[in-house]
Amino acid sequence: MPDAGYILAAIAIMAIVTFALRAVPFAIVMPLRSSALVGYLGVYLPAGIMLILVAYSLKNVSVTAPSHGIPELIAVAATAAVHLWRKNAVLSIVLGTGLYVVLMNWVFA
Amino acid sequence: MVIDPATLAATAVVDSDPRQAPEWRRALQASLPVGIGLVPLGIALGVLVVQQGLNPWWAMVFTSLIYAGSLEFIAVGMVAAMTPLPYIALTALLVNFRHVFYALSFPLDRVKGRLARFYSMFALTDEAYAMTVTGDRKSMSGRVIVYSQLYLHAYWIGGAMLGATAAQWIPENIVGLDFALTALFVVLSIEAIRAQRGFAVPSMAVMCALIARLVDPEHMLPIAMGAFVSLLVIRYLVTRRKVRTDA
Repeated sequence: MPDAGYILAAIAIMAIVTFALRAVPFAIVMPLRSSALVGYLGVYLPAGIMLILVAYSLKNVSVTAPSHGIPELIAVAATAAVHLWRKNAVLSIVLGTGLYVVLMNWVFA
Repeated sequence: MVIDPATLAATAVVDSDPRQAPEWRRALQASLPVGIGLVPLGIALGVLVVQQGLNPWWAMVFTSLIYAGSLEFIAVGMVAAMTPLPYIALTALLVNFRHVFYALSFPLDRVKGRLARFYSMFALTDEAYAMTVTGDRKSMSGRVIVYSQLYLHAYWIGGAMLGATAAQWIPENIVGLDFALTALFVVLSIEAIRAQRGFAVPSMAVMCALIARLVDPEHMLPIAMGAFVSLLVIRYLVTRRKVRTDA
């Protein structure tokens, strides 16, 4: 069982690393704000980063596993479909997650 | 030039447009769609803290001080396993490295005041970033941004405490609540794709992610993001040259 001192040290280290990663680039990037390249990245970066995060959140899914990643595929498709249809983030996330929980616990269990 | 007091008054009215909701309420409206995904995620994290045998109070300490969702899910397991601190630092660096790219387009210049800026950088999560760069939220003021970040932080901490408290009643064999993270990113992707033009760049990002996953699942995130940003810079240089030759 880890003691409180160790847990606090671990949390402090992660907090500092996270903050440094978020804060230091601003000092470097701020003077470049007006450059055309930064403007271009500002337009095209966000969508790509979000898609990479989707893939990252599913990185433990394996096509060779018993369910072949089918529940994930269905749930992602359902989340996207609901969002394209209703354009309501809350509804899409709740329905998508609910469907995935049902698939994982009762359909593909 | 004579300044007409009537014009001045009219300008003041426009600035504090009565049809415009107060800043705290606009921040609530902006943060809610993104934040709603954080509540179930926070609950899932709180449950994990308790299931890993840590005191439920640690859920609050974790979520208050680190505030980086995907890192925390990994961190709880590493802390419970008493992983050496240098390895924890390295993991934090790799998992959160993507935040380096957020400085490229997060509107920190709108946030005024040292404390507000400090907090805004501290709380620059994926969700906060997405909230300020997607769709019609491009016009958010600095105060609305910081208030929204505070709300997002509160949803996250609140969810984690709720999860840590409720963990004893949630059947341990129920799985899949963490899909809320994926669903959240799916929704944010759709919004972000709408805010730019075409599908070439998004497809490029997906390719980078899939290749990085195949090459090295452990370090998928920094590889995919590094490759994507590099390709995007190349694409910019090529497009610019084409425009020049055409002209």
